[in-house]
Amino acid sequence: MQFGIFTVGDVTTDPTTGRAPTEHERIKATVEIAKKAEEVGLDVFATGEHHNPPFIASAPTTTLAYIGAQTERIILSTATTLITTTDPVLIAENYAKLQHLTDGRVDLMMGRGNTGPVYPWFGKDIRDGIPLAIENYHLLHRLWREDVVSWEGRFRTPLQGFTSTPRPLDGVPPFVWHGSIRSPEIAEQAAYYGEGFFANHIFWPKEHTERMVGLYRRRFEHYGHGSADQAIVGLGGQVFMRKSSQDAVREFRPYFDNAPVYGHGPSLEDFMEQTPLTVGSPQQVIERTLGFREYVGDYQRQLFLMDHAGLPLRTVLEQLEILGGEVVPVLRREFAALRPAHVPDAPTHASLVAAAGGPKDSTVHAADDDVTGQSPEEVRR
Amino acid sequence: MTSTIAVVTAGLGRPSTTRLLADRLAEATDRALRLRDEEVHVEVVELRELAHDITDNLLTGFPGTDLAAAIRTVAGADAVVAVTPVFSASYSGLFKSFFDVLEDGALEGKPVLIAATAGTARHSLVLEFAVRPLFAYLGATVAPTGVFGATEDFGSTASGALADRVDRAARELAGLVVGRPSGDAPDPFDNPTPFAELLGG
Repeated sequence: MQFGIFTVGDVTTDPTTGRAPTEHERIKATVEIAKKAEEVGLDVFATGEHHNPPFIASAPTTTLAYIGAQTERIILSTATTLITTTDPVLIAENYAKLQHLTDGRVDLMMGRGNTGPVYPWFGKDIRDGIPLAIENYHLLHRLWREDVVSWEGRFRTPLQGFTSTPRPLDGVPPFVWHGSIRSPEIAEQAAYYGEGFFANHIFWPKEHTERMVGLYRRRFEHYGHGSADQAIVGLGGQVFMRKSSQDAVREFRPYFDNAPVYGHGPSLEDFMEQTPLTVGSPQQVIERTLGFREYVGDYQRQLFLMDHAGLPLRTVLEQLEILGGEVVPVLRREFAALRPAHVPDAPTHASLVAAAGGPKDSTVHAADDDVTGQSPEEVRR
Repeated sequence: MTSTIAVVTAGLGRPSTTRLLADRLAEATDRALRLRDEEVHVEVVELRELAHDITDNLLTGFPGTDLAAAIRTVAGADAVVAVTPVFSASYSGLFKSFFDVLEDGALEGKPVLIAATAGTARHSLVLEFAVRPLFAYLGATVAPTGVFGATEDFGSTASGALADRVDRAARELAGLVVGRPSGDAPDPFDNPTPFAELLGG
């Protein structure tokens, strides 16, 4: 099982000091957080994508490539990549490039985003959210698997004889998770392709997660990718820990009460009861997290949100020490002991290459005089 | 057949005139449905008790336990009696907020009886220019007669008085309930749209 963290990259005022970090500070802090995640033994670092203040999460592959150059082991991922408003051709290029630069330490999570105006900013209509996610991903899927693509759809200019470069590393596209809080169409999409389904599982009651994962598992089996309990499931989670639960609650409460999203609403205690948020001792976090499998089954990836609501960098790094030092080792052991042998791990680049029968170079060599605009398709005739 | 009538009442006083009118409408609807050989089950949703939950839902995007139960009651009912006090020449904010946190489509095709209370009859058109358009937007089937009760109506038996309007509106609602097409929309989790259809769409 993989454990990691995901960030939305919010620039939020620390309510205990009244100070908000600068964009520069927050961007650099994100890198520190990712490096610390690797240092404390986590497996995944995922960044969100936003195109508006108060976020620094635009240009995710720039951030991930920079982190990739300073780490050795951790998987670089997204939470989420906006498949609705981002040109699938650019996603295909950017993440294939990232794959090469990081020797395959890349996967992605597709999402539709939650900022309405992003759609018009990128020339789209929010009412087309689901059709955009379906059509754009279908094109992306082909661009990574077919050297030459001719394609026509509703939302993008057609492609004739197009080759997305670079080709995926070793001929194997990055593994993809499809993320959604409560749209059954996205669970269906993940099941159809036999790819991962990720339930964000923060800020919302567990019932949404339970329903979505249940549907995804049934349809995964329906489409013949394996039995329902072999489907690839990821969950989010949100925790804040101190040695004693009283200290954790006391320290986190001002951040909770003033947080974007849920601040100034229900009490911390109510929200902990209604959503998967856990504020308490490492032991409480361990017990709560182990409980997730009771309603989603054995799953493959657990990501925690650790760095939002204005928590200072120093605190986030301390939290990661606790997570990596005291919590994740126990969770690894306990989850592994509970999991039946036929339930697979989350795919990695290495496992996908092995499944494909070994690495193969997939470079598409263009003709000598490609400056004339001759396409690879024409060259082949 | 048993019909479930959800009575949503947004009065804030204790006792509340709005609740008083809601109860009379519920009784009259019950009578009218029994005349048509329908069994009736009435469930009252007092929004005052849910006021904090409704605000939390506006902020977090999901309902707490009690509010979730109230939402299920309304969404699952065969008809809704919706009664609001008039505040600043419209429905109250609490009344509107409750209908704001219902799931999209929860009231589509559902028979609804609208009613309002106010201190003076000068607000009587609130039902027509505020409440009826709200339910039209939500896709409800609204009974032609809306019942407006001014304070003075509770002491009058004149022709066209409150009791007559209550009975007429209740008969209309009962007619809508009995004539309502049966069968709910398919659950997208039980019957997901196959991917080929999503892709082809």
